[in-house]
Amino acid sequence: MYQNILVGIDGSENSIRALVEAIKIASCSQICSIELVTVVDFSKSKDEILHSHGKEELKFLRKQKLLPAEKMLQEKNLSYTIQELHGEPGPAIVEYVNQNNFDLVVIGSRGLNALQEMVLGSVSHKIAKRVKCPVLIVK
Amino acid sequence: MESVDSLLNKKYEVYEKMIEQVKKEWFSNIKGDILAGIVVALALIPEAIAFSIIAGVDPMTGLYASFCMAVVISFLGGRPAMISAATGAMALVVVSLVKDHGVEYLLAATILTGVFQIIFGVCKIARLMKFIPRAVMIGFVNALAILIFKAQVPHFVGISNMTYVFVAITLVIVYVLPRFTKAVPAPLIAIILLTAISIFAKVELRTVGDLGTITKSLPVFHLPQVPFTMDTLRIILPYSIALSIVGLLETLLTASIVDDMTDTDSNKNQEARGQGIANVISAFFGGMAGCAMIGQSVINVKSGGRGRLSTFVAGVFLIFLIIALGDLVVQIPMSVLVGIMIMVSIGTFDWSSFSYMKKAPRTDVFVMLSTVVIVVATHDLSKGVIAGVILSALFFVSKISTIKVKKTEQSDRTLYEIEGQLFFASVEGFLESFDFSLKDSNVILNFENANVWDGSGVGAIDKTVIKFMDNNNHVSVNGLNHPSQKLVDRLGVYNNPNAKVSAH
Repeated sequence: MYQNILVGIDGSENSIRALVEAIKIASCSQICSIELVTVVDFSKSKDEILHSHGKEELKFLRKQKLLPAEKMLQEKNLSYTIQELHGEPGPAIVEYVNQNNFDLVVIGSRGLNALQEMVLGSVSHKIAKRVKCPVLIVK
Repeated sequence: MESVDSLLNKKYEVYEKMIEQVKKEWFSNIKGDILAGIVVALALIPEAIAFSIIAGVDPMTGLYASFCMAVVISFLGGRPAMISAATGAMALVVVSLVKDHGVEYLLAATILTGVFQIIFGVCKIARLMKFIPRAVMIGFVNALAILIFKAQVPHFVGISNMTYVFVAITLVIVYVLPRFTKAVPAPLIAIILLTAISIFAKVELRTVGDLGTITKSLPVFHLPQVPFTMDTLRIILPYSIALSIVGLLETLLTASIVDDMTDTDSNKNQEARGQGIANVISAFFGGMAGCAMIGQSVINVKSGGRGRLSTFVAGVFLIFLIIALGDLVVQIPMSVLVGIMIMVSIGTFDWSSFSYMKKAPRTDVFVMLSTVVIVVATHDLSKGVIAGVILSALFFVSKISTIKVKKTEQSDRTLYEIEGQLFFASVEGFLESFDFSLKDSNVILNFENANVWDGSGVGAIDKTVIKFMDNNNHVSVNGLNHPSQKLVDRLGVYNNPNAKVSAH
């Protein structure tokens, strides 16, 4: 079974749905651990720094976004770690996954419409294309 | 006694650490840094020229500044991978100085600015940044964006239809192209494409050459040609103060952004010193005042720049391009630069301000808007910032000087619950919230959620207690926290049976 599962978390509903599936998979095995990975988006750094009272507050706010996910894992008694990456969401996760040993990547799809997808590009698609391990995209 | 050997060893260890540091900050990301530096240099050229034109000086003043600042700061700055060069914020401050007194006074003011910034750095002024409220910072970037846009208006409104067309095409290129490729900066493609079209199709447009000259040479050392008198100092001093404040503000904001993007720390005081030295050197080589640039630093990090080498390469490659391609640079149509500057101003503006205005406390919104209005009215970013800081300080005092007193009447007693800070500014409101007509009753003053800060606060408690006692009430004071209790014990008189209100 899978031992190291990476779950991309951004606090959105889609990412929580992805975590639900990851938990189902992890619950099947005793030795499986989940790594929650969140990406601090480059293009949001300016806004977030400008609108925060300082580093400490920002850190706290970012951590707070992960609390629901952590709670879900704690309720199921699963072991997990948290990793904060800085970069552009897609490439940052791809690089991290390919540098570390993961058996499975679970991410939510953002569900953009066709036009948005053309302009913004789909993060989940980028990850699925370039990651060197199985990927589960949760709708 | 330590032996010579161990002393030598220690010294050796220090050197080793230094070498390690240099290796890490300069050479740990060579490929990424060089590529990012080149991208930044390409993106920097149009901006340096446009900012020179805003300040009313030759494009070379901004280009030399960008070269000198970038190179010096790459060695002396406290934030690796941050890009410093000629900036819009600084250019806007000096417009009237250049208009009234000329470029030599600008150079003199830049030197003095550098001296101030070095002093700020030595005095560790960077931590004072914490006292600048975010409402003021948001106002600062918004005002900056508005001023950069405003400065473009005379260059494209009412000149010719072709000007509008070129501005529009530039905007389309810079916004659409990045969707397809990010390898080459879109503004550069816009410049190359549209300059070529305007040359070959012989379109009548104003060019950079119409507004100044490009010298294809390295900067040379020269002293500002100003009389060294008190009069000169009187002219440049206000500008230097404004420049040093504006420069550090944008620099430290940029440093925090780069810190966050790269998830590393930086030495803000070293950065302030570095900015100062960079400005002094830049001015001696004919460059205008500069500071860190948010936009360019973000481009640098996004393009893979992480170390000092990226900033160094940006500066060196910029001056190389100017020397190699100076003849072409003068042919760039102004309308293309205008288009790029409109993009810069849109990118500078904090668009989340609109949701901020709905969510934030009204006083914060007021501070933010005042900062913007004052800057736009005075064209001086430092005035807006100072006014904003003072305004928010006043709001803060008025906020914490409102003290809440909740009265609950129970069968045999009257309970007052006091919440807030009791000090000289809140005493009046505190005293007004009691009903002193009460007679023969039990009065309880609960201070559990309050702090007493000074003699005025203790005096107010005394006065309250004694006034109640005058009407034959029994008064008890509860819940003072430890420091407050100590203060009351030391200064208060109400426990004294002969106490009178007149004692205060």
